Amino acid sequence: MSDATTRDETIPAGSGALLRALRAIALLRESWIGMIGAALVLFWMVTAILAPVIAPFEPNATLMPFQKPGAVFPGNADVAAGTFLLGTDHIGRDIASRLIWGSRTVLVHAPFATVCAYLVGILMGLAAGYYRGWVDDLLSRLADIILSFPVLVLYVIIIAHFGASAANIVFAIIFASSPGIMRIVRGLVLDLRNRDYVAAAQTRGEPAWWIMVVEILPNARGPLIVDACLRLGYVTITIGVLGFLGLGLPPPDPDWGGMINETRSMALAFPHMVVFPCIAISSLILGFNLLADGLREISLRD
Amino acid sequence: MLVFLTKRLAFMVITMIVVSALLFVLLEIDVDGVATKVLGPYSSAEQRELWLERNGYRDPLGERYLRWLANAARGDFGDSIRFKTPVGEVLWPRLWNTAILGFWVFAVMIPLSLVLGVLAGMREGSLLDRSISITGIVTTSVPEFASAVFLSAIFVFWLKLFPGTSSMSDGFSFRELALPVMVLVLYDFGYVARMTRASMAEVMTTPYIRTAILKGLPYRTVILKHALRNALIAPFTVIMLQVNWLLSGVIVVEFFFAYKGFGALLLEASLNQDIFLIEACAMVAVFVAVATQTIADVGYTYLNPRIRFT
Repeated sequence: MSDATTRDETIPAGSGALLRALRAIALLRESWIGMIGAALVLFWMVTAILAPVIAPFEPNATLMPFQKPGAVFPGNADVAAGTFLLGTDHIGRDIASRLIWGSRTVLVHAPFATVCAYLVGILMGLAAGYYRGWVDDLLSRLADIILSFPVLVLYVIIIAHFGASAANIVFAIIFASSPGIMRIVRGLVLDLRNRDYVAAAQTRGEPAWWIMVVEILPNARGPLIVDACLRLGYVTITIGVLGFLGLGLPPPDPDWGGMINETRSMALAFPHMVVFPCIAISSLILGFNLLADGLREISLRD
Repeated sequence: MLVFLTKRLAFMVITMIVVSALLFVLLEIDVDGVATKVLGPYSSAEQRELWLERNGYRDPLGERYLRWLANAARGDFGDSIRFKTPVGEVLWPRLWNTAILGFWVFAVMIPLSLVLGVLAGMREGSLLDRSISITGIVTTSVPEFASAVFLSAIFVFWLKLFPGTSSMSDGFSFRELALPVMVLVLYDFGYVARMTRASMAEVMTTPYIRTAILKGLPYRTVILKHALRNALIAPFTVIMLQVNWLLSGVIVVEFFFAYKGFGALLLEASLNQDIFLIEACAMVAVFVAVATQTIADVGYTYLNPRIRFT
């Protein structure tokens, strides 16, 4: 086999993985669409990390209600003076600060839910693709059935029944998206399981789980990375939509979808309350989608 | 063909049954919870017990499920807790409203995305292709609620062209329908256009198109008579599968614009724990989704004679 596969087997993750990541970033420079996507995602990641430093006000502090963007806060005994860059909402919280802190909420929950869904989906896909037989039949039929459900209908029913909390949202996302991941992994494994290095590993007497995780999985990573990027976008939309429908993370902590839900009845009089959170969430999703498109373009070129 | 059709229909029925069973277990395994939801949180324990006894809730779960399934198959889902009427009376008018909305979404989205997709796929890599693809990515990245906000800001707040809500309280009105349709089309056309583009681009690289061009046929004829016929098979499936997505999209859009449709009803039922209405809505949603999938599969094999099935 090519030396890429032998390196995967011999060098443990760490320096090799880091090198590969750096090389992938260098490749991304060739796709300007991917660069824009990476820049958008990076912008929100930096914002989320630096939230305590750059947010002008406490996200939940009620200061002056119904202020237009650019209004000046004169300051009071507890809070220093400042400018409401993007205005305030109906109970007087600074929208810019809530957007900045809200990026933390979404950038913690969306990747976490996606990773969990991937763990479940990969396990199911590996089992179905490697063992075939009744395991495959059972898991594939199950995936067909779950995927035939309109997604949001599934989310609304599950979350309305179990109650809106971070854990339930993550659980619902795992339930709804792991079958899709399973299908992709299964397809890749069906192709990879007939390779020579898998046969060699089987002859060496390596246990099945080792072959699946160490021999097959690393070679399926390419399409999975692109899909993960797209799926991060979908999960971000889902978290936003659930917040918007009033099924999102419980208040008062800032959540972009929830911010839109709370103020949308006032949208016609005070558009700034809803327009800015919408721009924030759209730009993050756009970032994920452009990044995925750029990565796909690069992977096709190789 | 007959075997294939039977298989597809069998899968459809099995899916419906499995989903109904899961739904039933999820919502009705806790009988005391059901009684509390029906009679309200201030009902006494004796009242609840009496109600459970009278409505056969003390029977085994399997028996109850079969009875529910038999009733559901006849269209009887029980009474809505919130609307205090049989579920059907609330559900069917709402479903009809959503069908009207869906009809207009498809009437706009299909020609738009097919034309854009074909134009983009005709000359892969051209400026037109690049700009259509990027527009598609951008519009699909804006979630429905966000594009609803943006479009309302433009058309309601700024241009004052359309009303901000679409409750249709004074009868049917196209002005009220315009914004919901625009939001749904905007989110959806990008995906279908991309799929059409991919299919068209693939057809354009095939030898028979090259032959048609080389033998001197006018470019118009090559596209309209030779390429389109094969390029439009794949988008047919994609468009059918969009019905499934539309069922998700209408929840957001109908909620935002206060449109009295199926999506808003499902949301209202879920938020109010109106279990019998949730069950009915979910079964309708799954039926529509699975039925369109079946039509998409059968239609695809019918349109594409290269596929032979067992």
